[in-house]
Amino acid sequence: MTDAAVVGLVSIITSGLTIAIGSVGPALGEARALAEALSAIARQPDEANRITRTLFVGLAMVESTAIYCLLVSMILIFANPFWNRVVAAGS
Amino acid sequence: MGAGRLSPDQLVFHDWGSVKLNGTLVYTWIAMAVLVAGSWLITRRLSTGRRVSRWQTMLEVVVGFMRREIEQVSGRRADLFLPFVGTLFLFIAMSALLEIVPGYVAPTGSLSTTGALAACVFVAVPVYGVASSGPVGYLKHYIRPSPFMLPFNVIGELSRTVALAIRLFGNMMSGTKVGAILLSLVPLGPPIIMSLFGLLIGFIQAYVFAILAMVYIASGMRTHERREAEAEEAEEAEQGEQGPKGEQGAKGDRADEAERAGQADEAARADGDGEAGETPASTRTGTGKAPAGDDRKDADDD
Repeated sequence: MTDAAVVGLVSIITSGLTIAIGSVGPALGEARALAEALSAIARQPDEANRITRTLFVGLAMVESTAIYCLLVSMILIFANPFWNRVVAAGS
Repeated sequence: MGAGRLSPDQLVFHDWGSVKLNGTLVYTWIAMAVLVAGSWLITRRLSTGRRVSRWQTMLEVVVGFMRREIEQVSGRRADLFLPFVGTLFLFIAMSALLEIVPGYVAPTGSLSTTGALAACVFVAVPVYGVASSGPVGYLKHYIRPSPFMLPFNVIGELSRTVALAIRLFGNMMSGTKVGAILLSLVPLGPPIIMSLFGLLIGFIQAYVFAILAMVYIASGMRTHERREAEAEEAEEAEQGEQGPKGEQGAKGDRADEAERAGQADEAARADGDGEAGETPASTRTGTGKAPAGDDRKDADDD
């Protein structure tokens, strides 16, 4: 295999693995947070506003790990720093 | 935005050699122009009478919402924070809203814009902290609960700034990206749903960004507030019911609440003593906030 093929193969496989594995954790965490928040709202409907606000902020923080993974896989596919170098070296 | 482009930075409108007029700049200017022109047109004819125009009602709802949220999160009067936090919210929300216009790309989908916004928050935290408790009082909060925590506090401050920037960038960028990819696969139907979803995400992110900025600023001001509340309480005990300065009632209440939040914060920290090393400042305030609410509710019930 040429260098470019190796770089492309590794990048695409890695980006797929990154987003696949990286989204499992935040998904589980967010589901748990959402379930807890729903039961809290069911128990104390008066506090729904406060709970919802905290939930949104918390979800955004949990989600940021998944966003980091998405970013890494996006960079690997669309803006791979090694791709241009390999192509330039090949030509 | 085409599928091959990662951010509006790469969309160059005009090139003067060293200075490039890229998409981020132009779309930022458009969002600014819409905000400024809209506010100017609406506030030109404000009325307090019976007939209130629809636009004025809309602005009142938006500003009232921001004031309420800021007051609930910070436990202080909103006037101090509204110019900064409100601007962040309005700008991010407006750039997300304008994305439904074809051809417009949200400037918040570029890391340079979100980095600049996060840098503003990074600077605003010490500014508000020093303004409220003086340089020494502010710097003291870095060595709480012990001087050993100094490096963790500093790292926490830096990493939360980076996280703030990347969170907003990732969310906005991925929204347009997924839309563009879907557009090349299934041109009819799904992209519309995705852009609707992106609109929702954009508003949630604007809300989250503003609330997090508020939480960070409030956490930098907390030490001072507690001392002030204690002093005020002592003063109150001395002078009986005759509150001196105006708005004593409301202010005292807030300070009281803040003090309770502080105590709860302390209690939470005492609980999680061992693992405090890994907990950044923001999480601590978060855990401190919830018990404070319960506390006050109990007091109200009594």
